[in-house]
Amino acid sequence: MATLTAEPQLEPQRRIVPPPKKSRLGWQLLGVLVTWVVLWRVFGGQWTLESGVPSTIQDWLQSFVSNLGIVSFTQPIIAVLNALYNGGVWLTQQLGWTGMIGLCSALALIVAGWRMALLTIVGMLSFGVLGLWEPSMETLVLVAITVLLAILIGIPLGIACGLSTRFERFLMPVLDTLQIMPSFAYLPIVTLFFLIGPPSGIVASLIYAVPPTIRLTSVGIRQVASASVEAAESLGATSRQVLRDVQLPMSRRTRVVGINQTVMAALSMITIAALVATPGLGQSVLGSLQILDIGGALNSGLAIVVMAIVLDRVISAASNRAGEIAPSKRSRYTVWAVAAALIVAGVILPVIVPSSAKWNAAWTHSIADSVNSATPWLKDHLYPFTTAMTEWITVWVINPLESLLTDTPWFMVIAVWAVLALLVGKYRTAITVGLCLIGCVLLGLWPDSMVTLTQVIIAAAFTMVLGLLIGTWIGRSQTADRVWRPILDAGQVMPPFVYLVPCLALFGPTRFTAIVAAIIYAAPAAIKIVGEGISTVPTNTIEASRSAGATSTQEILKVQIPMARPIIMVALNQGVIYVMAMVVVGGLVGGGGLGYDVVKGFSQERFAGIGLAAGIAIVLLGVMLDRISQSAGRVRRTSSDVR
Amino acid sequence: MSSPDIVPTHDSTTPAVSVRNLWKVFGPKAESIPGSADADLAPAELKDKTGCVAAVRDVSFDVAPGEVFVVMGLSGSGKSTLVRCITRLIEPTAGDVLVEGDNLSSADEKKLRELRRNRFSMVFQHFGLLPHRRVIDNVAYGLEVRGDDKASRLARAQEVIDLVSLNGFENSYPDQLSGGMQQRVGLARALAGDPDIMFFDEPFSALDPLIRRGMQDEVLRLHHEVGKTMVFITHDLSEALRLGDRIAIMRNGRLVQVGRPDELVGAPADDYVADFTRDIPRSHVLTMRWIMRPPRPEEALDGPEVSPDMIIRDSIGPITSASGPARIVQDGQLLGVVDRDDLLTVIAGGQS
Repeated sequence: MATLTAEPQLEPQRRIVPPPKKSRLGWQLLGVLVTWVVLWRVFGGQWTLESGVPSTIQDWLQSFVSNLGIVSFTQPIIAVLNALYNGGVWLTQQLGWTGMIGLCSALALIVAGWRMALLTIVGMLSFGVLGLWEPSMETLVLVAITVLLAILIGIPLGIACGLSTRFERFLMPVLDTLQIMPSFAYLPIVTLFFLIGPPSGIVASLIYAVPPTIRLTSVGIRQVASASVEAAESLGATSRQVLRDVQLPMSRRTRVVGINQTVMAALSMITIAALVATPGLGQSVLGSLQILDIGGALNSGLAIVVMAIVLDRVISAASNRAGEIAPSKRSRYTVWAVAAALIVAGVILPVIVPSSAKWNAAWTHSIADSVNSATPWLKDHLYPFTTAMTEWITVWVINPLESLLTDTPWFMVIAVWAVLALLVGKYRTAITVGLCLIGCVLLGLWPDSMVTLTQVIIAAAFTMVLGLLIGTWIGRSQTADRVWRPILDAGQVMPPFVYLVPCLALFGPTRFTAIVAAIIYAAPAAIKIVGEGISTVPTNTIEASRSAGATSTQEILKVQIPMARPIIMVALNQGVIYVMAMVVVGGLVGGGGLGYDVVKGFSQERFAGIGLAAGIAIVLLGVMLDRISQSAGRVRRTSSDVR
Repeated sequence: MSSPDIVPTHDSTTPAVSVRNLWKVFGPKAESIPGSADADLAPAELKDKTGCVAAVRDVSFDVAPGEVFVVMGLSGSGKSTLVRCITRLIEPTAGDVLVEGDNLSSADEKKLRELRRNRFSMVFQHFGLLPHRRVIDNVAYGLEVRGDDKASRLARAQEVIDLVSLNGFENSYPDQLSGGMQQRVGLARALAGDPDIMFFDEPFSALDPLIRRGMQDEVLRLHHEVGKTMVFITHDLSEALRLGDRIAIMRNGRLVQVGRPDELVGAPADDYVADFTRDIPRSHVLTMRWIMRPPRPEEALDGPEVSPDMIIRDSIGPITSASGPARIVQDGQLLGVVDRDDLLTVIAGGQS
């Protein structure tokens, strides 16, 4: 500052230009990576950890599982859940297929209108046509029980969160943790307490599916116009009256959106829960996968997709109507009358026409055989291409990265990750990352963890490339948005179990297949978030850039992507979390690593210890990647705020 | 507290609303600011020193029964916070509010609710209607929360709907109405409980100018017909001058001046108020009292007799048609005279 006063002619504004932090960070990261590669060349193969090393933690977990027996406090819960499930299935059997279609279409008619009732009828008939009526009803009953419990638990908690900031501050971190916990990783833990079978499936789905209902109930209440709340208070309404007359009715639509997400999540998880012997369509997919019956698996997968689409459309339509003005009394009576008629017709039909009591086998046309007969054609025409692609990526991308992670001495890998975390975050991030990796070592699962980490990194990178490309596209063009959105919606609605089948058919049981499955699962979310970020860049900023003569490329690279950077970082974070969630599923299709350990733990009692340990290791990796990607987002945000 | 407590205890001399040293301070340890040495700091200094913002500073005023009292200030002057503190939609930091002699500040939840249900009501800038209820159910909502039976509350709601000329729209939903109509619903809702006092928080700011004028006429008409005490918040000086029996000008949380419209224009308390009222035509606000002068010896006192409270604009007819100066007479006593030249000077914007 002394020079400033001494020589005021020295352009003072040059002094306040901040150092170019961002590019320095880039060079630092590159430096760390180069160091790592050098370390790998020099020390590669030394001080590595073997898989199958005896681990005290695994032994302890194994003996814990063996000695656990049946936990007494979960006994009544198991009994209630089993009774609910058996009762539900008994009801579907009593009603028969005509009665169930009558009942479900009547419900759709009441909450969502004529068209949705029709869609329900068509969708349910297709379960019969595919030859999957019974497993479909089992899945439907499980989803219904899960969603009912999620509403009973979620809405009161959501209301409490919406009304009390203190309660929200307490509950939100819990929900965040539930969300970053890869859902399939806690399946083994749930089975410890609820045994294999429907109760574990319901509990795991409930844990996975309840957060959206809580969150959106709370958000809905907080979004109610303060003017309406104040007006009611100024008229002397009690807080109960305000809740009942103002906050709940005015937040109904948001709440239904939350329930919709809960239904989708429940369906997705309940099919995966086939791994712990939960019945239903997931079981049909799993059974076919185990005997490599691609056609059978696709057939069951199709039924899951149909169920997902019908549930999603019906509830979306219901939520759109929730914001509308109530229909007149007369049309309401008509709807109720028709709904009642549908149920009565469904129940009476088998009595009048006895031949309709049972689904006629002649009506069934499973697609399994035609798919299986088409497979040889695919083998001849598509396989050369997909096999070449699989090999190329395996040799040039997966193998080198896996070798870098597994062959570098383990403590050096941990050090490198800690330094990376320190660069993008704070020292606390580095400590968390270090502890998570040390945890993997202590669990005796270092090599498997690194194999999984390799696949997660590659899948996340591909996801982000897709996210940026397609996201920018749909963010800039209304037409592209209209074309892509239904595809993305379908991708998000489809339970992940479904597209394992085509992936497996095309790429065979390899690590690349696991990566592709993870990308399909994660990309829609990343694309949507990037698109959202790009499209929310203010129009006047873009117009300013255009009037300065920027080309489209300049506009994207210099205006839209930099301005959307905080949101793009959210997309990265979500992408990583979604990819992590698919690790176990990847283990089913040849991904190896921790996912395979978990699957092994489900299938054989003597591997339960490893399975549980692998579940914990997945959670550790998830926490690590979440922290790194979150701090990366924060760093970028502050450096862009310097402007 | 039981309901007999709120049986009106006032007589005609008790103010309808009495605000005593009211403070609202936002920020850490807000309650320590009123009465301390920091209380007199300028807003920026207060923020630097304590981290607090004083939205309402030591405000006191009385509103007489049946009066229309307008609080006028620019955005950020604290007027909306003031009216919310008076009705305790937000809790004041210090001070008392008496409604017809009942201390609102110390009332417990139950008593506060009783007062809100029966004694005063409020009309909001953004209407605050319930979109899922029909107009008539919105209007009846206040009666519903206080427990009136359905038949009587719908009958009463219909009455006030007719009063604000909304008949025919009882079964519409708020979203189907225009902004002005929606505010009529808000007005009807506030009237439905037959309160003694009505608070208006910038009720017409969201409406366009023509509709705003119509709504102001509506309020004047209602005031004439039902004779409620009204406390009206606005940022629009012409609205304040049209509606207010008395006007309080607010700036940085303090009342700068309280007075009749002609007092604000004729004798502004400081440059701020003077600046504000500069563009207001004197002849529309000032009364004879402000321009009369003693009669000159040569003047013949045979002109028309005029009240000292007549507004200049209204006096043009009688004064210009007479040959001599008008005599300003109150209770049979001659206070002064005003002639044609005096009028023209004021209308031309000169010194009176």
